[in-house]
Amino acid sequence: MNFADLWKRSRTGVFAVAMALVVGILLLLVAGANPFEALGVIIDGSLGSTARFGDTLMVWAPLVLAAAGLLITFAAGLWNIGVEGQIVFGAIAASLVAREVSGPTWLIVTLALLAGFAGGGFWAFLAGLLRTYGKVNEIFGGLGLFFVAQALAVYLVLGPWKRPGVASTSGTEPFPRESWLPTLGSTRLSWVAVLVAVIAVLVVFYLLRGTRFGLRLKAVGKNMRSAFLLGIPTGRYMLAAFALGGGLAGLAGAVQATGFHHKLVPSISGGYGFLAILVAMLAGYAARWIAPIAFVFAMLAVGSTLLPLKLGLDSSVGGVLQGVLVLFTILAQGWQARRQNRSDGVAAGPPEPPIVPGEVG
Amino acid sequence: MGFELREIHKHFGAVRANDGVNLSVASGELHGLLGENGAGKSTLMKVLSGFHQKTSGEILVEGEPVELRTPADAMQHGIGMLHQDPLVFLPFTVLDNFIIGSPGPERVNRREAARELATLAERFGFNFDPDTPTRRLTVGERQQLEILRLLWLGARVLILDEPTTGISAPQRIKLFATLRELAADGMSVVFVSHKLEEVEELCERVTIIRAGAVVGERDLPCPAAELVELMFGGEVEVGERPIVGLGPPRLVVSGLGVQDRLASVEDFDLEVAEGEVIGLAGLEGSGQRIVLDALSGLRRAQTGTIQAGGRDLTKTGYRGYLAAGVQFLPAGRLEEGLVAGLTLTEHFVLAARSDSFRIDWDSAREEAGRDIVDHFIKGTPESTAESLSGGNQQRLLLAMLQDNLSVLLMEHPTRGLDIESAAWVWEQLLLRREDGTAIVFASADLDELLEYSDRILVFFNGSVLAEVNARTSSVDELGHLIGGKVSR
Repeated sequence: MNFADLWKRSRTGVFAVAMALVVGILLLLVAGANPFEALGVIIDGSLGSTARFGDTLMVWAPLVLAAAGLLITFAAGLWNIGVEGQIVFGAIAASLVAREVSGPTWLIVTLALLAGFAGGGFWAFLAGLLRTYGKVNEIFGGLGLFFVAQALAVYLVLGPWKRPGVASTSGTEPFPRESWLPTLGSTRLSWVAVLVAVIAVLVVFYLLRGTRFGLRLKAVGKNMRSAFLLGIPTGRYMLAAFALGGGLAGLAGAVQATGFHHKLVPSISGGYGFLAILVAMLAGYAARWIAPIAFVFAMLAVGSTLLPLKLGLDSSVGGVLQGVLVLFTILAQGWQARRQNRSDGVAAGPPEPPIVPGEVG
Repeated sequence: MGFELREIHKHFGAVRANDGVNLSVASGELHGLLGENGAGKSTLMKVLSGFHQKTSGEILVEGEPVELRTPADAMQHGIGMLHQDPLVFLPFTVLDNFIIGSPGPERVNRREAARELATLAERFGFNFDPDTPTRRLTVGERQQLEILRLLWLGARVLILDEPTTGISAPQRIKLFATLRELAADGMSVVFVSHKLEEVEELCERVTIIRAGAVVGERDLPCPAAELVELMFGGEVEVGERPIVGLGPPRLVVSGLGVQDRLASVEDFDLEVAEGEVIGLAGLEGSGQRIVLDALSGLRRAQTGTIQAGGRDLTKTGYRGYLAAGVQFLPAGRLEEGLVAGLTLTEHFVLAARSDSFRIDWDSAREEAGRDIVDHFIKGTPESTAESLSGGNQQRLLLAMLQDNLSVLLMEHPTRGLDIESAAWVWEQLLLRREDGTAIVFASADLDELLEYSDRILVFFNGSVLAEVNARTSSVDELGHLIGGKVSR
């Protein structure tokens, strides 16, 4: 590939990042901060020490898990907006194991992770059933199920699983030590969480690129009618995509519960599901970009918590930067599609909705 | 109002739908645009009506060059198009549909619009209740509504794309009378059709398009044989038809009842022998498609039984039919068959009935390369399905069919294909027939029906009006039957 080709293929991304940087700098200037100082704080706050690097990876792991799961549902052409609910339900299932099972750490942790996978998968499967048999759009079904899962978590925290004597939204009694994910040294970094995330992203990469299952899923996502005519049982494949994608989101919940909070809290998902949708979009639905992009997001999330202390800024600046980056990426993709349409001579109507999941690999 | 098209090129990727077309129509002229399916007529008219943007060329309205970027642009210049499927919003009422395209953000005066609709309708002898949902209108009435709407918006060039498909004979007569009256008032009318008789009946002048370019322009009347020769490019050679010995029945249908929103078929019987070819003729929507849907398991039959290869498939689903060697290729190649965005290699892998989990991409690519050469597909293993031309998409679909099919069902097997591709498609189909496959196909091309079928079933209004022997029938007879006239 020569340089011109490379530029042609990457200019959308370069443009988006450049615009996001410009707008980000402007926003920081408006907030009265030195943008470069702020950037320095974010980098130092997320990578500056072993402990901070560990914290960043502990955000990275659930983000990667949820985003990897979303790639599967996106490949099947499904907008699994209910991913947050699947994280929550996975966390609830893992918490049940962590609270009730006693035994050696390796056993409890394995069971808790499996329970998380099964819980998240089950919750997504419900959205899938609603979609395939109830004709309920997965966006609305998923959203509804998210609220149910969230309410269930709050009920458990304040009700049956409350700390003896005090019912507090700060969470349940911490799990017994044996059910915590093992950590490295004195950091909060759990190698199990990182390992599970790495395996998940590799498995998704392989599934979508190298297997008949992945190819059929893509066919279902791009043209369900043709896929059906080719003899693919489209309903079953959609359900499988929901179960697998939700399972990975559930793993993210299990990691959150047993590796980070060490208890069930109402906000157990940490918003990582919605953030993972942005990661998947920014990655162009390609598995190979998930890990690096999730890492940048994790850096922004962890690093910006230092902004209030060091610069007197609000810590939400990190979230704003993430949002700006995603908006410009989507905008750039939209412009590109529009220009493509123009040169193909289609009358300038409203731009197509940017549903191009499927270019995965 | 006159207009002129100069050197219009319209390319879709590698496909040149229009390749340097010149066309000039004077004010008050009834101009026919004649050509086979896929010749590029509709594309040209969509360029003129602002629906497509031309790749290059010039459009002049009353001598002034204009740029038409959207249908609204074209309407501002007085150019209105009546599409093949009238652009009405079915749940909306007649009046809402009438008003909806009117420009400007200002408040719509419904009462005044209703009055103008009534005046216009009266002038042409149309009859509308403004509060009926358009869903209840026939196709012909929807068309009438569209014409009135375009007139109200100030159309002075009226383009009609295959307007007689799906309307009744009296409605057609009324339509033609309306068009003549409009032309007398100075309206330029472009009548797009592949039906020779209609163009001869209505138009004063005709332009013939073949493969995206103008091949001739004639004043009417003019000898029909001359027009046919221009349309098809010389006499169509009817090849010797090999007589294939017919075997035992492959497909037995009895008492089939099936219906959808538009059509309903009752009590349909059919027996197709090994190696037999059955053609289904009729106007679009007369019931052929739902029968094909039922025979392929896509649509559940309400009554009757379907047996293929000795097995009763009545209660099975689509995949059961596939497993029994019954396969259907619908007309919409990119909608119902291929997957846009996937490569040819990926298509071949999807079509291969293998259950191995892993895909060996290297050997898959190699195999795809061989299949591409074997089926004369112009493309590479990495080409995506939508980048292929229509003919090559059809080659790909045929290449993806299972071997040793018991029954092959097709809808418009050669629609939009050039002559060479069409001939190749039939060569392939006849090879399958020699292997014993029973073939049932629906087509709107009378020559195709007569040339390749053994028997032809003519559908009219949801039932089989007649069954004719293709060897002894004629275009004329078929044409009459399709129109609903049993003339013997």
